[in-house]
Amino acid sequence: MNLWQKAACAFLLVVVCAAAAANWLAPTGYAKQDREAISAEPSRAHWLGTDELGRDRFARVLYGTRISLFLAPAAALLSTLMAALIGGLSGYLGGIWAKGAMAVTDLFMSLPWLFLLITARALMPLNVSPLFSVVVTFLLLGLLGWSAAARVLCTAAGSLRSSDFVRQARASGVRGARLFWIHVLPNLKPVLFAQFWISIPVFILTEANLGVLGLGVSEPMPSWGSLLRELEGLVSIGEEPWKFASLVLLVLVVMSFQLLLARQEEIAF
Amino acid sequence: MLRNKVAGHVLALVTTVLLGGLLSATLVRLAPGFDVDEQELDPHLSAASVQALRDARSQDRNIFRFYLSYMNRLVHGDLGTSLSLSQPVRTLLRERAPTTLRLLIFGLAMAWAAALALALSAARLRLAGYDAAGTLLSGTLLCLPAAVLALLSVLWNVPGSLAIGLVVFPRVYRYARNLLAKSYAQPYIVMARAKGLGEARILFWHVLPGIAPQLLALGGVSISMAIGAAIPVEALCGLAGIGQLAWQAALARDLPLLVNITILVTLVTLLANSGADVIGQMIRGQES
Repeated sequence: MNLWQKAACAFLLVVVCAAAAANWLAPTGYAKQDREAISAEPSRAHWLGTDELGRDRFARVLYGTRISLFLAPAAALLSTLMAALIGGLSGYLGGIWAKGAMAVTDLFMSLPWLFLLITARALMPLNVSPLFSVVVTFLLLGLLGWSAAARVLCTAAGSLRSSDFVRQARASGVRGARLFWIHVLPNLKPVLFAQFWISIPVFILTEANLGVLGLGVSEPMPSWGSLLRELEGLVSIGEEPWKFASLVLLVLVVMSFQLLLARQEEIAF
Repeated sequence: MLRNKVAGHVLALVTTVLLGGLLSATLVRLAPGFDVDEQELDPHLSAASVQALRDARSQDRNIFRFYLSYMNRLVHGDLGTSLSLSQPVRTLLRERAPTTLRLLIFGLAMAWAAALALALSAARLRLAGYDAAGTLLSGTLLCLPAAVLALLSVLWNVPGSLAIGLVVFPRVYRYARNLLAKSYAQPYIVMARAKGLGEARILFWHVLPGIAPQLLALGGVSISMAIGAAIPVEALCGLAGIGQLAWQAALARDLPLLVNITILVTLVTLLANSGADVIGQMIRGQES
């Protein structure tokens, strides 16, 4: 790990701890409105000012970070598991299974990601409870984001299938599910980890896009996407720079993931 | 080999159309208001006329006949009617396609011009500082959601195509830089330089032909990226294109319109990727 990667790791740790401790750091909560301080500037009471409904922006950023940063890995885990199941298994089985999985993956990857997501999101009601909108948004990301990872895993499992140790295991009488679970899957771990790490920043950015478009997490629950909607009404950057807090945090977090990703890719490939 | 490749791409296109058509037809059938005709509420119509209207729609109640007639209409270019805008989908797409096309062409042109210029100079100069600056710029742009770039383009009053360009630029730059760096390090390039060949001749005769198939493939992928970015850019910049139409359809849950747009966009993406792949294959064939 180089110096930049160590710094990225430390920064992510601080952000995760701050998001986890949101209840203590911002006890007012993300939805409490202060009618006396609507669209207020930063002060001792409100470190990042308040929004147009008088809600504390610092609290909203913290709670939004908690939602985006904790649920994006959950969605990444789901998509990686699906990729392992579809790509890993078909690659291990080989032949028509691998060809079929590759064809489905190719077709899936031809669908522009955001078009696919908004179509899937539109299939569900838009006027749902905030908690349900959070679950739906990240569940969709997890369920639809497996194709690229599946392709990589299919190839990796295919090369393992013809490796010496798998041939040896097969010759020793180990077959079927046992061979896959005990010998193939553990050797796919580095690729699985890399795909998991790659998916996290992708899902964070996609949630942000959906949130700005009003198709992500619904009010009053904050997420980085919904917080970025505040930038829509800005006239100039210098006017209210504190409104950019969520954007700066998002960029720094995604950048940290990208830095750590380089290390994961080194390990995996 | 090339024939197999083309056949594979044609099969993928036909499968997409068939699957998309079936999905679209299913959504039309499941959408609220299916099998209801507001003409039936007209008090001037007699019971016999109302019955005649119902009989006319009776063929759509048979699911197989419904799918057949839907696919038949699709083959003849009838994409159905938008539920939210009450206009034929084909008309809506025809009206909005030029805006999206212009946005994509300018955005892609800007992204490719900037990315190739920077990548080429980074690969040629081999200055650590210059390379680091390019990596930092592309890395920062990679961390910005397309929607934020669109909002910033509104804020700074710059065209939406620049936002598209900034979405595509970092991906093209990073890939092209790596390709060029690898290509310039090849022994035959070093030999060509040692023999005294000019830089322009090395670039156009030896470097670019070698990486053309990969760049073409990247070209196909960059079209897909630009199309994806068109939704937030058009929606937030107020551009009446297909991306904005898709966003409006999603907000209004106008599924027939949304699915038709998605299929169309998928077809364009598939065509672009297939075209790039086939041309790349032809270039490889000529080289070997």
